[in-house]
Amino acid sequence: MNPFIIIALREFTTRVKNKTFLLMSIIGPIAIGALLVVPALIASNVDEDPKKLLVVDNSYLLVGTEKISKHSFQYLNPDEFDEESAISAVRDKETYDGLLFLPPSINGDPDFILRNTRLYSKGDIGMELTREIERRLGKLATEEKFKINGVDPAIVKNSATTVNIKNLDLTEEGSETSSLPLKMAIGFGASFFIYMFTFLYSAQIMRGVIEEKTSRIVEVIITSVKPIQLLLGKIIGIAGVGLLQFIILIAFSTIIYSIAGSFGLIGSDISQIASEDLVIQNVKSQTAVSEVIESLKNFNIPKLIGFFIFYFLGGYLLYGALFAAVGAAVDAEADTQQFMIPLTIPLLLTLMLGGQMMQEPNGTLATWLSFIPFSSPMAMMIRLPFGGVETWEILLSISLLILGFIGTTWVSARIYRIGILSYGKKANYRDLYKWILRK
Amino acid sequence: MNAIQSFGVDKKYENHVALHPLDISIPEGSIFGLLGPNGAGKTTLLRIVNQIIAPDTGYIEFYGQNIRSEDRRWIGYLPEERGLYKKMKVGEQAMYLAQLKGLSRNEARSRLHVWFKKWNLETWWDKKIEDLSKGMAQKIQFITTVLHEPKLLIFDEPFSGLDPVNAALIRDEILRIRDDGATIVLSTHRMESVEELCSHIALLNNGEKILDGSVNDIKESHRDGNFRLIYRSDKAINLSIPNEVHLVQNNADIKKGVFIAELQSQKQSASQIIKNLSSQVDTISFEEIIPSINDIFIKSVKK
Repeated sequence: MNPFIIIALREFTTRVKNKTFLLMSIIGPIAIGALLVVPALIASNVDEDPKKLLVVDNSYLLVGTEKISKHSFQYLNPDEFDEESAISAVRDKETYDGLLFLPPSINGDPDFILRNTRLYSKGDIGMELTREIERRLGKLATEEKFKINGVDPAIVKNSATTVNIKNLDLTEEGSETSSLPLKMAIGFGASFFIYMFTFLYSAQIMRGVIEEKTSRIVEVIITSVKPIQLLLGKIIGIAGVGLLQFIILIAFSTIIYSIAGSFGLIGSDISQIASEDLVIQNVKSQTAVSEVIESLKNFNIPKLIGFFIFYFLGGYLLYGALFAAVGAAVDAEADTQQFMIPLTIPLLLTLMLGGQMMQEPNGTLATWLSFIPFSSPMAMMIRLPFGGVETWEILLSISLLILGFIGTTWVSARIYRIGILSYGKKANYRDLYKWILRK
Repeated sequence: MNAIQSFGVDKKYENHVALHPLDISIPEGSIFGLLGPNGAGKTTLLRIVNQIIAPDTGYIEFYGQNIRSEDRRWIGYLPEERGLYKKMKVGEQAMYLAQLKGLSRNEARSRLHVWFKKWNLETWWDKKIEDLSKGMAQKIQFITTVLHEPKLLIFDEPFSGLDPVNAALIRDEILRIRDDGATIVLSTHRMESVEELCSHIALLNNGEKILDGSVNDIKESHRDGNFRLIYRSDKAINLSIPNEVHLVQNNADIKKGVFIAELQSQKQSASQIIKNLSSQVDTISFEEIIPSINDIFIKSVKK
């Protein structure tokens, strides 16, 4: 058997047989499942306590409003209570959670009222209630302004139009429904996965190299095989572990997701994100869910998975080779820090720029980052779900990534062959440079 | 034929010369002692022979042919710094290393079982290396070094860390492997093993060869005409000795009634001297003092 295969197999089997792998494969999907399910559970179950507010409404803007969602208002006569006495009234009465004070209007100017409205609260009254009051006051003030300007609010209300533009992507065959949130979720999810796996498994390569170096077994192995065979065998073997872990993760997550979905946990999650107005929530949530399902069908899933696996492996190979070089350059894991920083920054930066790239998936930033091999795996996975990536761009990105990992593997192999035999002295960047050039 | 012959092999690093151009011949079937103080260039030479590193200039011949990458199959190397995968099981690890040397799984397994049975290690097969003592791990590593039956074996300090029983076990194996026709290179500081095992040696110092050849030839050339006479007497006897012989000392009594005299002569042979002395004293023994490899080593390095 080719020694390269023997090495890759050992790297693969020792890791897969390891208890941590088993644990990760079980806990990982559960964690991811929990990440999807728990927020939905919390969102559907957390009920804020209804709050009771005292209201002093000098402007009579809120007249007739007794409740905002489940929170109730108790009005005080503005002739009997000024701001200070109302505050002490709230203080004295345990049953009330706060005081909403609206000042008298000057020249009937609604803006003045709104600027000077205050909400006093005992303890935490919650952002949500504040927002709801703001929304209600805003609406009432707008109606007030219509009246001042001689416009009948009823006319305005009747002429209000709900616009729901359907996003369609033009494709070769025709057009298909697209869903922006779904695109963002797929793009960000894929690129985050690449980030996480690249880190996790590149670090494993590095640790493996350090282990072989400190245990000195490397000296025995390289009398049997060439250092480059050992290096590549290790990288490929660990890639196999990563891929297997990924497949298990996806399979388990799908199972957990569909179990959770059958209990209706995830549907409610999507509908809550999609809907803003409580009144039409049900109608809208149904359209949102069906839209998501419809547009999911329109994604070329096998193509996306194919690209994902390529970029996932490409990014891993590129960084994995460099992490191996770091492992070869040091004697202990504690010494890796100085070499790790320049490898961490491009990964982290691409992740951080993800949001910006999604704003303009085919803009200059996203396009350039999807060419540079150090960022292209993550950047391209953000761009692809949005569509509109030209074929030449994909080809260029793929070729550059292939060249990139051939390049880093070459550099790494040069450092590796010297590094694994250098004990005791701490290497610096100058040493690494010399090692690369040495015959 | 020589198992290994180097021609002008040298190696420089940024700041120092590890090996000056070196010609060395390791005869087939010999146990070749590679000696030298720390930093003499022994490890560098061994790494070049193992093709772990390439020489700057010069080349190596392996059994008369320019050494090739495939020749690794026929070399076994036990480095001074021992190491195995700590978390791996003994059997798996031995199988792995054997396969890297080109043995098939079945071949490796059956050979390993022979060794494990011979040394009573069968219960170790599923133990992890980290659970073994240092000496045990060393025995495993010895097995993995010789398992693929190489033509050339390189042992760097094979006895270090072993108790006398296990050291003898390893020594006997080395001799048996030599008898089976393999060539053995022994890099060591332990001069008694060199005296005991080696037929040839080379002495390196500061990256240069200062001495090499067969042990007998080297000893012969380092004879400096010293003789020792041990005799029985109540007191030191005033010896009458010929002109060409010089008396170094004659009063050390090693125990009551037994004296040692040391003599020195470049001209006369042992038989000539003893002929002269035997009539004067009650001789227990008379011998020429052949310098030990240890003495030659220290003398040559100091020079």
